[in-house]
Amino acid sequence: MIELALISVLVMIGAALAVVFVRGLMAAVAAAAVVSLALSVLFAVLRAPDVALAEAAVGAGLSGVLLALTLRRVGLWPGSPSGDGDRE
Amino acid sequence: MTDAMLLAEALGDVLYTGAIGLILLGLYAMVVPRHLVRIVLGLLLVQSGVNLFLVAVGYRPEAAAPILLGGQAIGPVVDPLPQALVLTAIVIGVGVLALALALVVRVKDVHGTLDSREVAERMAAETGDSRLMPETAPGRGAAVPAREMLEDRS
Amino acid sequence: MKGYGRAVAATIFLIGLGTLLAALFAALPFGQAPMQVGQATAVVALPETGATNIVSAILLAYRGLDTLGEVTILFVAATAAGMVLSGAGRGEAQGAPAGFILRVASGLLFPFLLALGAFIVVHGHLTPGGGFQGGAILAAAFFIPLLANPASPLNHTVAMVIEGVSGAAFIAIGAAALFGGEAFLTPLFGTGTPGELFSAGSLPLLYLAVGLKVGSELAGLMARVAGEGGRA
Repeated sequence: MIELALISVLVMIGAALAVVFVRGLMAAVAAAAVVSLALSVLFAVLRAPDVALAEAAVGAGLSGVLLALTLRRVGLWPGSPSGDGDRE
Repeated sequence: MTDAMLLAEALGDVLYTGAIGLILLGLYAMVVPRHLVRIVLGLLLVQSGVNLFLVAVGYRPEAAAPILLGGQAIGPVVDPLPQALVLTAIVIGVGVLALALALVVRVKDVHGTLDSREVAERMAAETGDSRLMPETAPGRGAAVPAREMLEDRS
Repeated sequence: MKGYGRAVAATIFLIGLGTLLAALFAALPFGQAPMQVGQATAVVALPETGATNIVSAILLAYRGLDTLGEVTILFVAATAAGMVLSGAGRGEAQGAPAGFILRVASGLLFPFLLALGAFIVVHGHLTPGGGFQGGAILAAAFFIPLLANPASPLNHTVAMVIEGVSGAAFIAIGAAALFGGEAFLTPLFGTGTPGELFSAGSLPLLYLAVGLKVGSELAGLMARVAGEGGRA
């Protein structure tokens, strides 16, 4: 169990580093979803199945979709009609 | 000090380190980058870190999850109160995120850019209110690196 | 080098903050809950409410007013987001229709997602899950077809009616307790047999209201951010 927690924390911190430092915003949004997924594994390890379910459904699912839709709307989506790629 | 206690200690260290790491990275993302979407992502990270910390506080080693399907609790359960609080926080977080993203879309529509400094400069220029002007290094003026001009082409 | 001043200052500040947090957390013994409220609640929750999921019992019975406030916050946030976006141009948001695989899969997935969401909502008082998690899945069920086929917009009127009715139902169930001389949002109808679907009194009804409200709100919210006009 401690191994699972350790791996999840490592994945989570790595993904969080990617959220902050990666160049493309689309990649940052994807990394944010990975953070949420690792976090929901940690919640399950901590015996909080309700919270794990909420984090997986809301954090990894809905938040990621909302962020991606926003990127598409403001033209930062790679390959959107008048978009300029997803670089900042 | 038994093996189980040492294991619990190690688990606590790992979890607290993760929570602190998330909070610090999120704060960095809110302060240093100037892109508004990156700032919103930082908010998300700080929130996740605080949630992890709260649930970790309620953990008890060798306790069951707070679901008593067997009828009665067979031994201790983990603290259900922080879990209920975090559940609330996660759902409210999505509302906050949606509102922030709606504002991002609106800023893009009105000002045509998502660079927070550039938005502030434009607002200062439009309203004539010098207090809105971000402090720029002398000689640097409103010049922005070419990288950040990219999204103005549309 | 001037551009890096901000990053350096932020890094120094964050190192300090990290040290402070680490010192604070080190003083907090891991594995020993600092408060007794949770343990006391865990003991009395099942006999008092009949819900086997203690987290649900806390959310709906012991902190029901809190949940009402939470749903209100979500409603206000969704309304504000809708207001902010209503004046925004439709812009380029409308993409081409999705590919064959997404179109077919969204049609196939819809009933299963609906069933899964409904299951998680109505079993919220028994197993992990409940109105918020199930509501999110319900919202996804209605949003995926929208992604696959942008030409068929979400019916915002229906979503708003569902949202309003379920929100009113939550308050009505809470107010019904007032007639029995109890406090607002006191669970009704006794506890029933713990572990059965129809148990825990009015808690499943409250969770159903929360699930419908959250689901319709989130679906409408995503549709708005996606930038489709919809039939207002």
